[in-house]
Amino acid sequence: MATLIRGKIWKFGDKIDTDVITPTKYLSLPLQEMKDHTLEPINPRFAREVRPGDIIVAGRNFGCGSSRETAVTALKALKIGAVIAESFARIFFRNSIAQGLPILTCLQAPQYFEEGDEAELDVKQATVKNVSQGNLIQGIPLAQDMLDILEKGGILSLLKEKIKGS
Amino acid sequence: MKDPERSSTMGMTLAEKILARASGRDEVKPGEFITAEIDIAMCHEGLGMGVSADLRGAGVKKVWNAKKVVCLLDHYVPAPTVKTAEMHKQIRKDIKDFGIEQYYGESEGVCHQVLVEKGHVLPGRLIVGTDSHTPTYGALGAAGTGIGFAEMAYVLARGELWFRVPETIKFEISGALSPLVMSKDVILYIAGKYTGEVAQYKAIEFTGPTAEKLSVASRMTMSNMSTEIGAKFGFFEPDEKTIAYLKEITGQPITPIKTDADAVYEQTYRVDVTGLEPQIAIPYSVDNVKSISEVGKVVINQAVLGSCTNGRLEDLQMAADILEGRVVHPDVRLLVVPASKTVYKRALESGLLNIFLDANAIICNPSCGPCFGQHMGQLAAGETCVASINRNFKGRMGSEEAKVYLASPATVAASAIEGKIVDPRRYA
Repeated sequence: MATLIRGKIWKFGDKIDTDVITPTKYLSLPLQEMKDHTLEPINPRFAREVRPGDIIVAGRNFGCGSSRETAVTALKALKIGAVIAESFARIFFRNSIAQGLPILTCLQAPQYFEEGDEAELDVKQATVKNVSQGNLIQGIPLAQDMLDILEKGGILSLLKEKIKGS
Repeated sequence: MKDPERSSTMGMTLAEKILARASGRDEVKPGEFITAEIDIAMCHEGLGMGVSADLRGAGVKKVWNAKKVVCLLDHYVPAPTVKTAEMHKQIRKDIKDFGIEQYYGESEGVCHQVLVEKGHVLPGRLIVGTDSHTPTYGALGAAGTGIGFAEMAYVLARGELWFRVPETIKFEISGALSPLVMSKDVILYIAGKYTGEVAQYKAIEFTGPTAEKLSVASRMTMSNMSTEIGAKFGFFEPDEKTIAYLKEITGQPITPIKTDADAVYEQTYRVDVTGLEPQIAIPYSVDNVKSISEVGKVVINQAVLGSCTNGRLEDLQMAADILEGRVVHPDVRLLVVPASKTVYKRALESGLLNIFLDANAIICNPSCGPCFGQHMGQLAAGETCVASINRNFKGRMGSEEAKVYLASPATVAASAIEGKIVDPRRYA
């Protein structure tokens, strides 16, 4: 995981649930096809136009709903740089760490970013800069345990390391 | 006075006690990060949808402790497509390959009901599952919580996982529930009043005279739905009812777990349910809740009674009491999905299934059924369903142009008769 992540902002609202991030009807598709339908019910352009490194900024309770991990793996497969939200649903939050997808909880983010702005996120410092407008805002830092898992690229990399070491 | 059996200096909530014990500490505080040993790890189809591939990818040969892993199939049973049949086939192989001994296959029912009925859920246990409604186990005083597939692979290999010790909030529930108003109405009311985020990352303890009066089944409904208000755990402190219920299942003495009198709660919400009307969650979010008198006319095409939220015997009994001697509206399909084989058998033995059949309901096999929209009972565009399930998101039960309203089993049954969402209390 890079400590600094720079990308274009895609904005979403409150309560973006996992059924919307990876709709149920595409769940049985292989990930490489499923990812092309990510967030389709609310923004059909997103999966087609998103570029590697782009950053999602959303409102409250991002990723609420089922524990489906595809909500995270699809975003990873699209090479999303990070997700910044006012708040995250618990399982989505855990899954993001487990899959090595950087996330930042930041209450003010939605008011400081417009869709298409350029942002730079410092995962360790938990800060995000609006490069287009020049503001720097502070989010809630992740605990060291979480940063360790993120840095290793996810909990499975950690597992492999532990198995090798034992 | 200091409790001689107590090693901590501070009072602890149920969540704190369980996480302290599981992490080998005398005490833990909210906000701390700990690594805890897992007592039970539960996998449903998640095993074949990611967990076993992750295990193989990491080079894991066997689960860390065969006595602490429980697996079954419940989401897609019997397999609706060749693809899911292949996935199930792979899971049966995974079970053997990884040395998983406690495997119930597809005949027993929904994971959360089955794990309780089979005695895996005991007060004080720390249980993780590949299902978001794992907090259901809090109804028995167990710390149950949902995790993703990669984390489950880690647990199956190592038997441990990191946790942030959650703050605990309390819902103190008082007042007598009106006849035909159920615990589902109480938890929907809480979701509507305090929002779907009130318990985000937190542990809940449901307390108060009304919580104490609830049956274990009714408590399971509320613990189950605590997921929908963001909770990590949703507890009822084990009492004599819990102990008696579990003793009957296990045939063993049960050790309860109690909250300390001086435990610290982040917040206490007092909920008076006196005069509470049946509650309905309007599409497309669980906290978009209205009292039945404010809902207006909603014509339905389908009604679903079942799921890990409300597919237990008392739920079926309530619906059967309303449906007895009546028939489902000709424009409505009523699907009845018992939560487990045990529930199904008891409903059969007590004549409930006959009542459903005479009412023209369709009785489905114990499973997650239509609840998650990948199996039976899907909705067409423009259709509306009232269901005793736990989510009403867009596309949850089939078409994205369909609507799902959440309600209690009583409301589902009464609505199925009348062809529109109605107040069940007229059937009291």
